[in-house]
Amino acid sequence: MKNKKRIFTVIGWVVLVLALVLMYLPILTVVAYSFVDSKTVGASGEIGFALYARLFENERLMTAAGNTLLIGVVSAFLATLLGTVSAVGIFYLKRGKQAVNVVSQLTVYNAEIVTAVGFFLLAIFCNNVHLPVQKGLGWLILCHTVMTTPYVILSVSPRLGQLNPNLFEAGMDLGAGQTRTLFTVIFPQLIKGMVSGFALAFTLSLDDFVVTNLNRGEVNTISTYVYDSIRRGIDPAVRALSTVIFVAVLAVLIAVNVADKAKRRRAAK
Amino acid sequence: MLKRKAPAKGIFALPYAVICVIFVVFPLILLLIYAFRGENGGFTFGNFAEVFTNSSNYMALLKTVGTALLATGICLLIAYPLAYILAAAPFNKIAILALLFVVPMWMNFILRIFALQSLLSMLGIEKSYGAAVIGLVYDFLPFMLLPIYTALVNLDTSYAEAAGDLGANAVGTFLRTTLPMSVPGIISGVMMVFMPCFSAYAITDMMGDSNTAVIGGKIDYLISQNQWGVGSALAFVLLVLVIAVMVVGNLVASSRNAKANASALTRGGSAV
Amino acid sequence: MEEVSTKFDKIIEVRNVTKVFDDVTVVDNITLSVKRGDFVTLLGPSGCGKTTLLRMIAGFTTPTSGQIFLDGKDITDLPPHKRPINTVFQKYALFPHLNVFKNIAFGLKLKRIEDIKRNKKTGEPVLDQTGAPVIVRRKFTKEEISEKVNRVLKLVGLEGYGHRDTTSLSGGQQQRVAIARALVLEPKVLLLDEPLGALDLKMRKEMQFELKKMHDELGITFIYVTHDQEEALTMSDKVVVVSDGVIQQVGTPKKVYDEPANAFVANFIGESNILSGEMKEDYKVRFCGADFACEDKGFGKNERVDIVVRPEDIGVFRAGSGKGQLKGTVLGVVFKGTYYEMNIAAGDYEFTVQNTDSFAVGSSVELRIKPDGIHIMKKMRTVNETVTTVDGENTVDFHGGSFAFENPEHLEKGERVKLSVAFDKIELTDDERDGVIGGNIGPSVYKGTYYQVQVYTDDDDDIYVDTVYEWDMDDRVGIVIKPQDIRVEKYVEADEEKEENAAADGEEKSDA
Repeated sequence: MKNKKRIFTVIGWVVLVLALVLMYLPILTVVAYSFVDSKTVGASGEIGFALYARLFENERLMTAAGNTLLIGVVSAFLATLLGTVSAVGIFYLKRGKQAVNVVSQLTVYNAEIVTAVGFFLLAIFCNNVHLPVQKGLGWLILCHTVMTTPYVILSVSPRLGQLNPNLFEAGMDLGAGQTRTLFTVIFPQLIKGMVSGFALAFTLSLDDFVVTNLNRGEVNTISTYVYDSIRRGIDPAVRALSTVIFVAVLAVLIAVNVADKAKRRRAAK
Repeated sequence: MLKRKAPAKGIFALPYAVICVIFVVFPLILLLIYAFRGENGGFTFGNFAEVFTNSSNYMALLKTVGTALLATGICLLIAYPLAYILAAAPFNKIAILALLFVVPMWMNFILRIFALQSLLSMLGIEKSYGAAVIGLVYDFLPFMLLPIYTALVNLDTSYAEAAGDLGANAVGTFLRTTLPMSVPGIISGVMMVFMPCFSAYAITDMMGDSNTAVIGGKIDYLISQNQWGVGSALAFVLLVLVIAVMVVGNLVASSRNAKANASALTRGGSAV
Repeated sequence: MEEVSTKFDKIIEVRNVTKVFDDVTVVDNITLSVKRGDFVTLLGPSGCGKTTLLRMIAGFTTPTSGQIFLDGKDITDLPPHKRPINTVFQKYALFPHLNVFKNIAFGLKLKRIEDIKRNKKTGEPVLDQTGAPVIVRRKFTKEEISEKVNRVLKLVGLEGYGHRDTTSLSGGQQQRVAIARALVLEPKVLLLDEPLGALDLKMRKEMQFELKKMHDELGITFIYVTHDQEEALTMSDKVVVVSDGVIQQVGTPKKVYDEPANAFVANFIGESNILSGEMKEDYKVRFCGADFACEDKGFGKNERVDIVVRPEDIGVFRAGSGKGQLKGTVLGVVFKGTYYEMNIAAGDYEFTVQNTDSFAVGSSVELRIKPDGIHIMKKMRTVNETVTTVDGENTVDFHGGSFAFENPEHLEKGERVKLSVAFDKIELTDDERDGVIGGNIGPSVYKGTYYQVQVYTDDDDDIYVDTVYEWDMDDRVGIVIKPQDIRVEKYVEADEEKEENAAADGEEKSDA
């Protein structure tokens, strides 16, 4: 019995390490070659920070990165606000709950390209009825907000069920209006769900290509920039950008974990 | 006597309901309208005829289904053993292990595919159908891994122990208890991989040859070339497929909650 | 302010309030007034509508119809945050993200008070053109808030607990914070929704005492909801007994206990023996095969009545002593600390008796009930009546089922008829399928020799059934009626109104 367990552990480690190596190998290769000034990965070149310098000189790429960040932050913020308010509303909804849930599920499971075409046609429709809608940054922020709100609802909702059923009423009873109660009493209980909802919405926005590609007008994000330059040949500075993003993700992850541990240690005291 | 309306906190759902109608339901109606609208603006089945008679269209659709099935199958074959190992002792006590499989998802997927493509071309592997499938699997593997892992790690180990106690051997225990009980996770994972494959034309374009494009690219191309009718018809067919998969998924999945949790987790997981 | 309070002795007035949730009437046309400064308890079993009534007074729920007044002002549609009424919730509902001090200060920070405008530098009052001081609305200052919070913390015995996390407190302490949080706003009325329900027995007793003390000291009107009759009797100035969304009785604890208005109240409040009997003449009632002197009059000769006898009002004596009116046999004895509780069979009834002396099981005894220990109540209806339609050849619709009936007079299909069936002519069956229609068992009252059971039919109505068997609440049963027990007569439109008026009269009398 003990022997069997040991064999399982050994095999398990081998499999997991192999899988992780395969998973990280491409990324780590790019990270390594971000310090090599060569046209492609694998080719030789001078070692140094040349690609990073190039990255900051590539105005279009920098703009695309800036747009990506801007769309991500703003749409994630809006989605978090809208999603949290909606989650509370849906939770207390007596009728029509099912309808809202189905629509929100549809947004989650729908093929992205269908969503993208939908937004595209909506923009055309708005233009036809002379609404001042223009594909571009604002439109993309709107699209991304709509697209990511259901995920915020999904991450906020579970906590709502655990709240004291009278919390909302207690707030109103003590003199706060409905909206004030929502913000001062209910929101603080949902902080954890809101934070993970924001993170989710932000990464989804950063990751998006399909919706963005059909609705961007002349605006570029990292995804569309890289995709567009496949034919022309991708600027090796993208390797530097990949490295920066990968390191940023790692940094955020470590920071969150450290903060979490510190908090738990404080709580234990 | 006068009937009064009670003050309702449900009112907070109103903004989202309005947005859903404008940005989710209405675009789908527009999609339907464009799909049935001819070039002169009149009603027509022509766009659908184009979809189902022009071989370049329906072949692209069928091929995408094939590619999606293939990629989903490979993902499942790789992800299940990985999830099983991660969810079993002693690995389930090392929280960072599962997290390591998620981290790449937080990087932009095009950059990830760019990295993979760079590596493959460094190893001398050309753009091809096989490479495209590798790209799909590489990108979507975590989406399959996480729901299955969540289902397995939340399994009460006493079931397996009970099965062992009742005389089942390791394989029997797995087949009779663990596997059936992880079915909701599998369904969720399959849905999270199968559907996105249809839209993953960026991956097939970057990794594959001219023959490997998925239907999403075709739709994107048609729409951006102002061929809204045929584009919409193709998108509509895809939508019907999505709804069918959703309905089947909902029917098969025993618990809706399990799926909601899994889907929330899969799409990036929580940072906290 | 002073003027208002002398003008309106009733601080809360509930007028003809009805609340319907999804077609279920939870509160049914309730009218109630609460005197300023009183400690009023809404008492009733769970689901009787008492909490809904409280929530309507608080403003969390709006009545379907009817009005609620505070100090003579209609507040029916006023949202809760604008009512000078505060609530202590059943499970406290403290804000988990705030500490004790901030929880209590929450309402104070939102409150605006009227004050004389003062010059910021000199502190002198600012005067308007007429020379009168200018009145402004302002927030409480930090110092004022801190002073008020500390004062209530002291009041509830939690001095120095301000910085504590609410989740680190015990149930009793959390309860005190909840009370402090409501009291700090100096509400005109304090509502308490089963506030002690989650506490253990010892803590509950302690808090009962303290709540009563706080009420006496503060002079604020308390409206208290509970299903615990002992809690209601020990704390309140006035008890309102509620059942099925209707007020059964309003009165002082003593009155409600000593003179229950009907069998429900008698059964719900305290232990009691409820028997069925008949009034021979004024001051003389017959039950258990014997005549008893009583203090009630004004009933019809030989009118069927319900009789309530409290267990402590029954004297027990050795057989042959000649002191009692009834002969009985002791079936069981339990020592309850300060007295013995015995079950004694006499006639065909089993009495519950409380006595300081115990008698051995199986011994023969005599029972004596003094005139002031006998409470006579008008019998409620004994016949189910409904207006319905003949739905076939000698069959009639009764709550969704087709029942056969025998009638000399021929009635056409589709004809409107009045159907009546006596409570004791309805038979309940264990298996729902054995009945013509099915139903759910509702509350039942033991009437001495039988149970009076309320049965909810599937068409959301209810009927009463007198049965010798005990039925479990919420069980599904079948309903059977023999054809000869159904009385059907042609229904004449004008009848209805008369009938209803008569019924209403009857009810009012029994309420009074």
